Amino acid sequence: MPTKVEKDSITGRETTGHQWDGLKELNTPLPKWWLYVFYACIAFAIVWAIIYPSIPMTGARGLSGWTARGAIGPELEAERQSREPMLAKLRAATPAQIAADPAMRAYALAGGRIAFANNCAGCHGSGGQGAAGGFPSLADDDWLYGGSFEAIHGTIAHGVRNGADADARGIAMPRFLADGLLTAPQVNDVAEHLLGFTGRATDAAAAERGAAVFAENCASCHGEKGEGNREMGAPRLNDQVWLYGGDKASILRSVGYARAGVMPDWAGKLDPAIINMLTVYVHALGGGE
Amino acid sequence: MGEVKSPDRMQAKAVPVSPAPLYATRQKVYPKAVKGIVRRAKWLILILCLALYYAVPLLRWDRGPEMPDQAVLVDMTNGRLFFFFVEIWPQEVYYLTGLLVLAAIGLFAATSLFGRVWCGFACPQTVWTDLFMWVERRVQGDRNARMKLDLQPWTGEWLRKKALTHAIWLGIAMATGGAWIMYFNDALEMTPRFFTGQASLEVYFFFGLFTATTYLLAGWAREQVCTYMCPWPRFQAAMLDENSLVVTYRAWRGEPRGKPKGEGHGDCVDCMGCVHVCPTGIDIRDGQQMECIGCGLCIDACDDVMGRLGRQKGLIAFETLTNLAAAEAAAKPLPPGPARLACGMQARTHLRIVRPRTLLYAGVLGLVVAVMAGSWALRQTTSLAVLRDRAPNFVRLSDGGVRNGYALKLGDKTRGVESYALVLEAPAGLQMVVQDAAQDATGRPVLTTRPDGITQWRALVTAPPGLRLPENVPVTFTLLDAKGRAEVSTASVFMGPKPPESKP
Repeated sequence: MPTKVEKDSITGRETTGHQWDGLKELNTPLPKWWLYVFYACIAFAIVWAIIYPSIPMTGARGLSGWTARGAIGPELEAERQSREPMLAKLRAATPAQIAADPAMRAYALAGGRIAFANNCAGCHGSGGQGAAGGFPSLADDDWLYGGSFEAIHGTIAHGVRNGADADARGIAMPRFLADGLLTAPQVNDVAEHLLGFTGRATDAAAAERGAAVFAENCASCHGEKGEGNREMGAPRLNDQVWLYGGDKASILRSVGYARAGVMPDWAGKLDPAIINMLTVYVHALGGGE
Repeated sequence: MGEVKSPDRMQAKAVPVSPAPLYATRQKVYPKAVKGIVRRAKWLILILCLALYYAVPLLRWDRGPEMPDQAVLVDMTNGRLFFFFVEIWPQEVYYLTGLLVLAAIGLFAATSLFGRVWCGFACPQTVWTDLFMWVERRVQGDRNARMKLDLQPWTGEWLRKKALTHAIWLGIAMATGGAWIMYFNDALEMTPRFFTGQASLEVYFFFGLFTATTYLLAGWAREQVCTYMCPWPRFQAAMLDENSLVVTYRAWRGEPRGKPKGEGHGDCVDCMGCVHVCPTGIDIRDGQQMECIGCGLCIDACDDVMGRLGRQKGLIAFETLTNLAAAEAAAKPLPPGPARLACGMQARTHLRIVRPRTLLYAGVLGLVVAVMAGSWALRQTTSLAVLRDRAPNFVRLSDGGVRNGYALKLGDKTRGVESYALVLEAPAGLQMVVQDAAQDATGRPVLTTRPDGITQWRALVTAPPGLRLPENVPVTFTLLDAKGRAEVSTASVFMGPKPPESKP
């Protein structure tokens, strides 16, 4: 600090005494109001730090005990409460009743779309189009376990071959070649016979031989003409929809080593109302019966 | 300056000229009260504008049950704009745009005829500033009293009067902000919620925003808004020409200024009355200025003085520049006096209302009105949106057929329930089913509308096995009314697998 305060002759202001290359710095103090706002901010920050959680990594809560999660809790609860009357109705009704009631149907289709995207789309695709490798399309008219409201509801609730639910759909298909039940030529004959169902057989003699093998080993589940059996989840073999591929190589692999898709049982994992909504939604995708 | 020893300082002292400041300090304007015909017109317009602004949200209009009954309402939540019998949806915002275009052209036309009548009389900035000035004058007194008050220490009378003024200003500002939100919420329903703290944060935010802007712009910024912030004064010169009415000082009559009793003086007695009443603090006698908002209060002030001196009124008047120049040319050779006045006034001509410029504005105005009226008369109230399913693009059915799914959204802007038969224009063989739709006598699906809303349907179109179609087939969904006329058509496509390449 200079001992004597120097005044600038042009502006009449005091200088700070600092000098660079002959230029002197004027002393321009902060406005008082600015300073008071600054002090008020410091005071505010201290009070804030005491009341609200402010110290990172320590888990220390402020005096008020406020937490972000605690603050959003009532909002989520209010949301849940606002949905509850409709969900209670959806829980009490059967999917068929829901589909018949315009208000419930509209709610179920909108909510079902979201629930489907959250839980089902991973395997069955965003529009229920299915995916290669055994994830069936839900938009077509071919159903392994039935396309009625009851059947769809049962499949969603209990799942398929998940080993967790006693009522799960599907039984295991024998691995005819791997377990030595059929010989390789027999499997080939059966495959030719299956191709013949849709008029694609290349070897009439083999298909002829395969008919006998099919009647003996396959018809009990898949039906004499390959019409399938929904009770067991034995797919229809005389249509154009092939879950694991309809070319001969895929069919040989399916007969020889068997196929068995799995699906979780959603009862207990999802609210019954959500399962009902999903049922109505899947039914409306295009294949509902 | 003996204490300055530094040679640098001495050198600095040798250049005493300081550069022009970048920022001008505002000279506070203390407009004086004035009485007269212009002032009365301004009060009338002010009362009309404010009454319109505050009362319109209270007007009711019956639209039937479950519909808002506020005559003018912008319903942001439900996406509807109500204006008496008009109700538009968000995608029809061009009607609002059209109104704004109309307002702009109307403003251009009014400006080319009568100058800055908008600025001087009807602009919200002018209206609210006028109101605030009235409050100020009632509490603190007229010009001289206010100037004296501002020089007093910040105690006692000063504090009392200033506090009262600002309290009333804030009250008016809050009413302004409060009325604003009523255009976006039902006024009768929102008012109790607003005062009990149950309104939404948006409502309080916009209330605060419009309260703050009203208070700051009308109480503090005032003429600075017109001079520095508003773009309109900057480009309105393009609408004005020498045949537009503007507030002018008839210099040919007033100059040279001087004492009323002096010899050889014009009619201007240099009383400064016009300057003292000016809300923007300018001197109209300096000629046309950007700061002049054309409010005409100086006319009242001058007419008052002329009347008291027994001289003809209209030294300052709404006048065209053409007339001003003609009068000046005629009167110039004559010495000040009644002869010069009569000569100058005689040289004037009538206001030319019909000019190429005004015809152009009238033409454009008529054109826009015609376009808007036409589009309103032909307004389509039924809409059909067709959204083809993308996942999956198409579904292969078990019999080998191909199916496409479509979401149909049927919108109806009227309040009745209509039924339409849906037909598909597509290559023969394609069959359509609409889920949950009733069927008419000929088996066509019947879609019904919802009043003032959208109904959603799902159509499934199937190509039977064996039907050979290209990958993409254009199809059209058409709604037929009861008489079989096409109400609305929407095009889409039907997609299938790529057909096998035909062998040559």
